[in-house]
Amino acid sequence: MKWFVAIAIAFTTTASAQTLRIGLAEDPDILDPTMARTFVGRIVFAGLCDKLFDLDEKLNIVPQLATSHQWSADNKSLTIKLREGVTFHDGEKMDAQAVKYNLERHKNMKGSNRRGELAVVSSIDAVDPTTVRINLEAPFAPLLAVLTDRSGMMVSPKAAEAAGEKFGAKPVCSGPFRFVERIAQDRIVVERFANYWNKGQIHFERIVYQPIVDATVRLANLRSGQLDFIERVAPSDIPNLRNDSRFKIAKIVEIGYQGITINVGKSDLAQKNPLGRDPRVREAFELSLDREAIVKVAMEGEAQAGNQWVAPSNRFYGKSAPLPKRNVERAKQLLKEAGVPNPSFTLMTPTTSDAQRIAQIVQAMAKEAGFDIKIQSTEFATSLNLADKGQFEAYVLAWSGRADPDGNLHTMLACKGPTNYAGYCKDDVEKLITESRTSLDATRRAAAYDKIAQQVQKDRPIVYLFHRHWLWAHTAKLSGLRTVPDGMVRVQGLKMN
Amino acid sequence: MLKFVLQRLATVIPTLFFVSILIFGLQQLLPGDPAIALAGEERDPETIRYLREKFHLDEPLYVRYWYWASGVVRGDLGDSVRIQKPVTELIMEKLPVTIQLATMAMIIALVIGITAGVISAVKKDTWWDYGANVFALWGLSTPNFWLGILLILLFAVQLGWLPASGYVSPFEDLKANLAAMIMPAFVLGNAIAAVLMRHTRSAMLQVLSSDYVRTARAKGLDERVVVMKHALRNALIPVITLGALEFGTLLSGAVLTEQVFTIPGFGKLIVDAVFNRDYSVVQGVVLFTATVYITLNLLADVAYFLVNPRLRH
Repeated sequence: MKWFVAIAIAFTTTASAQTLRIGLAEDPDILDPTMARTFVGRIVFAGLCDKLFDLDEKLNIVPQLATSHQWSADNKSLTIKLREGVTFHDGEKMDAQAVKYNLERHKNMKGSNRRGELAVVSSIDAVDPTTVRINLEAPFAPLLAVLTDRSGMMVSPKAAEAAGEKFGAKPVCSGPFRFVERIAQDRIVVERFANYWNKGQIHFERIVYQPIVDATVRLANLRSGQLDFIERVAPSDIPNLRNDSRFKIAKIVEIGYQGITINVGKSDLAQKNPLGRDPRVREAFELSLDREAIVKVAMEGEAQAGNQWVAPSNRFYGKSAPLPKRNVERAKQLLKEAGVPNPSFTLMTPTTSDAQRIAQIVQAMAKEAGFDIKIQSTEFATSLNLADKGQFEAYVLAWSGRADPDGNLHTMLACKGPTNYAGYCKDDVEKLITESRTSLDATRRAAAYDKIAQQVQKDRPIVYLFHRHWLWAHTAKLSGLRTVPDGMVRVQGLKMN
Repeated sequence: MLKFVLQRLATVIPTLFFVSILIFGLQQLLPGDPAIALAGEERDPETIRYLREKFHLDEPLYVRYWYWASGVVRGDLGDSVRIQKPVTELIMEKLPVTIQLATMAMIIALVIGITAGVISAVKKDTWWDYGANVFALWGLSTPNFWLGILLILLFAVQLGWLPASGYVSPFEDLKANLAAMIMPAFVLGNAIAAVLMRHTRSAMLQVLSSDYVRTARAKGLDERVVVMKHALRNALIPVITLGALEFGTLLSGAVLTEQVFTIPGFGKLIVDAVFNRDYSVVQGVVLFTATVYITLNLLADVAYFLVNPRLRH
């Protein structure tokens, strides 16, 4: 019996003494949930920092560090019950005081990128060690969804106080893995946190996140066995991978979108160009596009065509504003009515290959209706600056997406939205956006989004094109992968067979 | 001697000063507002205001230069905004990687380039010569990233002999380190080998037709001694100068090769920093590289001085 136990223990140790090697498409930025900005940074956080709430595969909000929540009768305060016995990686307690500290840090720390999401939070009360109450200036429906992302991540107050602005160099959270080391542009190493509250779900001893920018090289690393998992596989590599039984592919429709933002009021340029000036020209532009063909050619079919800020499969998709079909004849007629049969405009495009391909296809399609589009390839940081100043006519721009539709809408189309590059501002849309954020009733919210979709489809400050697929590939031995539309790699339950 | 060194040193300080102005000034010419680039997808106006204030972006250029330069004088190159690490720490992290890659690439380049150059000169107008020329043309015209990917597909994916990419410190595991560095070093070395081969060939041809080589042959010396001892030594002077220049370029980073093989060296660091408008990293790394260049030049001058008696007068 003894030898059997010994072998069993040895076997278990070998099984769990494994390292999971994940290939990322970029190098993450600061590993401080308050300051962080990048999508890949969030993938690393998924292993490091637990959040108050999480998302499931159907975008439902489920508890993580919280166990339950309750809204007050006036919907202006949210009471959250916390999981008991949770500690941070430095042994400090994760209790109501820590949550209060974190939310205040997100809200008040200089340089915080969470401030906007939590703007509506007026105060936080630690009611008792396991109960925290978030008081709001006004009801705010997206709050729970916001707490499923970096705003809901909790870091050790003691470590945060000690490290100040440099906390991100050595983050201390309460997630399943704790930070070991980071070599910029090379790797981020985390190791299993022995006191994790949900340790039964953790089957790896270490995770190494390796940024490998080139998709071909990332895939070569997977094929040669140096990586176990890679994110953002190039769509052109999918058919080959599908025929290789050593690997598996996972595919999820993103919560973000790819679209063309049109300057309709950001600067004087809007009035100087028929596209910005006349909604008929914008309608003609949209009718000249065949989204399915764009998806097929630019993304090799690895995207879902769409015409709103959420994908057609989303429960908040406005069904009264369905996907328009291509109609070149009607487009020509509209241009004729507008008195500009051959309108010309410049399409600013970041230098990524996806964006370039989209611009070229759009240029060719719109030409058939009479549009003369000049493509202006611009390095990303420069293009953002030009967009911010309104020095553009149309701009190919993607948004990585937020779990709540408000995160894909408010910041771009509300009058004072920080990324409202279109310069769009309509009273009725503004009222509807406010209604959709302040109502907690999903049916009422859906109705408001439906009306917004109808109006936005008439005004077209953004011509939404499609929603990309997050394409993952991993060794066939890896199991327990959950495909959540936010594109994060959840490590709980992942196992190497 | 001391006077000479002091004279040279006196020119180093103003040179570095101008270099620092150039680095700082050129960077300001980059379009795009760093605060917007750094504020992430959310681009919260409050955060943008804070970043502007923190990096003195609203202040005049000379004030910003003063903030930076006074830090540099104290040995503080600032912090990377993107990952909150001191720039000096980043440089120290990348420097050994870059030096190792550059050295390995240079050794490969010298061995292949000089050998091929000598053979093609000695065996002029034979198949050896044509073969070496084809090799040189191939080396010069093959893009590094393409060759890199082909090598990865062959040696990592198909044969499984070498890791596809990545870097392991030699102090951690020397074997793994060499396995990871050999492909990128070959890719870099291959391109330089082609240049060196062409130069070695023409220099050798010139030397081989000179009078003293004819005399040496007339004396009945063994052809191997004539080529290796008498001809090659003289032909190597321009090749070494060229090799030194190429080595200097390698030290400032090999962006594409580092990108393909995910080698965390200077090239990748600086390119990422430019795209992310991480000013202190760009400034710090360029200033450091420039200082290394200037120092190496100074040492070369001193070496010439020591070696060549004519310079002393």
